[in-house]
Amino acid sequence: MLDIQNLRVFHGPIEAVHGIFLSVGTGQCVALLGPNGAGKTSTISAICGIAQASGTIALEGADLAKVTVEDRIGRGIAVSPEGRRIFSNLSVEANLRIGGGIRADRDNVQADIERWFDTFPILGERRAQPGGTLSGGEQQMLAIARALMSKPKILLLDEPSLGLAPRIVAQVFQMISTLRAEGMTILLVEQNARQALQISDYGYLLNNGRIQAEGTADELGGSKDMMAKLTGLG
Amino acid sequence: MDYAAQQIINALSFGAEYALLALGLAIVFSVMGLVNFAHGEVIAVGGYTMVAFAALVTANPLIIIVGAVAATALTSVALERVAFRPVRYADPTTGLLTAFGVSIVLQNLFLLFISPRPIAVTSLYFLDAPVMVFGVQISSLQIFESVTTVVVIIGLVLFLQRTTLGLAMRAASLDFEMVRLTGIRANRVFALAFLISGLLAGLACIFIMARRGSVDPHFGFNPVLKAFVACVVGGFGSLPGAVLGGFLLGAVEVAMLVLLPQEYGGLKDAFVFGIIALVLVWRPDGILSPAKEKGDKL
Repeated sequence: MLDIQNLRVFHGPIEAVHGIFLSVGTGQCVALLGPNGAGKTSTISAICGIAQASGTIALEGADLAKVTVEDRIGRGIAVSPEGRRIFSNLSVEANLRIGGGIRADRDNVQADIERWFDTFPILGERRAQPGGTLSGGEQQMLAIARALMSKPKILLLDEPSLGLAPRIVAQVFQMISTLRAEGMTILLVEQNARQALQISDYGYLLNNGRIQAEGTADELGGSKDMMAKLTGLG
Repeated sequence: MDYAAQQIINALSFGAEYALLALGLAIVFSVMGLVNFAHGEVIAVGGYTMVAFAALVTANPLIIIVGAVAATALTSVALERVAFRPVRYADPTTGLLTAFGVSIVLQNLFLLFISPRPIAVTSLYFLDAPVMVFGVQISSLQIFESVTTVVVIIGLVLFLQRTTLGLAMRAASLDFEMVRLTGIRANRVFALAFLISGLLAGLACIFIMARRGSVDPHFGFNPVLKAFVACVVGGFGSLPGAVLGGFLLGAVEVAMLVLLPQEYGGLKDAFVFGIIALVLVWRPDGILSPAKEKGDKL
């Protein structure tokens, strides 16, 4: 589904990611793990087209180098960004509508919104409230739902557990696990390595802009020393 | 009593005009953080279009009005495409200087290719006829102005609340990049903001022309200044703020005209800006400044 080769990401003169190779197969959930400043969010930004990058990013075999941000979303990438970035001045429902704004089947958008309100009754209760009034966990659910409103082929999740209470983190991972079971292709960026690997098929450990290790969840999870050294989370 | 009623209506109609002008600035600012000082020249384009239509095409005022509004809308969209799109993601100062540049270029085009002198258009005078309402004599123009502004505000509110693109424009005022990350085209949102701004400029142009009856190269300066002041008072980037600021400015101006003794009449603007300054001491960001926070960012 997604193939990344020799990706370098730049923030002005600074190179944040130094040539990584990464791939996500159709229906897979792949975890991209690493500490703060490892280059995880830079990688996500490059995939979306909002960071300056070199190397190859291919979606379903087609190079995205010359594709605009909007067209990348149109081709099936969706992102729940770091910090969630809910439109706090708009209602919960309006957030979802914007998420489905590019769909051609406008009639089904409202039905999908209702479906999300059934899945997360708390969002349904607050459909008319400004998104900014939701709690962190609710905002995260909304951010993921907003991303899925575009009916993507691949979902990029950037630190969905960041800043949430452990009980809420468990709910978020439960949701991701359900999505995976439904066949969604997911690239999951996390610091919370152990929990992320539990729901992933494959993982990459990123540190200082380089891939330090990769392997199946079992392989990575088994090598506790390396995990501890790299992420401090064992 | 009649006098008071008349002055209140004066204040409302001035306020309505300023609100239209201020909304034109605010809608572009809210989306791209650009104070479009070329807005006044867009209004002037409307005035010159009226001249051209009246001289070359028809005396039918309806066609002249439609032509002028279409011209301002097209001009506004064209300016976005040619001048503002290349500096869209640049520093805000760059955008501001670009707007000044566009304004100066357009003014000089008017000077060089049209005329430095005012050109009269009399086709719209009929809008400004005295009418009696409940024993109070007012101008029909004031009624048109107030009604148009109310209709525009209702239309804008419906558009911004009901349509996906309208919602996206509101979202863009908070986090433009995130709007792009939902796949909604930045070009479309920007073009739409300028289109709406241009339509508002056209409507304002009709009323200014009906009152003044002539257009000159510096036609747009005063309106854009009023719009700017209204936006600053109301809170830059807030659309309700622009409307509130417009009506407040209209009210303060009329109040000064009425309350100041004859011999201080020349100091009207000084008093108006003095009051505006006091408002800004009370609310430095404007009365309804928009919230700046971006959700639950960590």
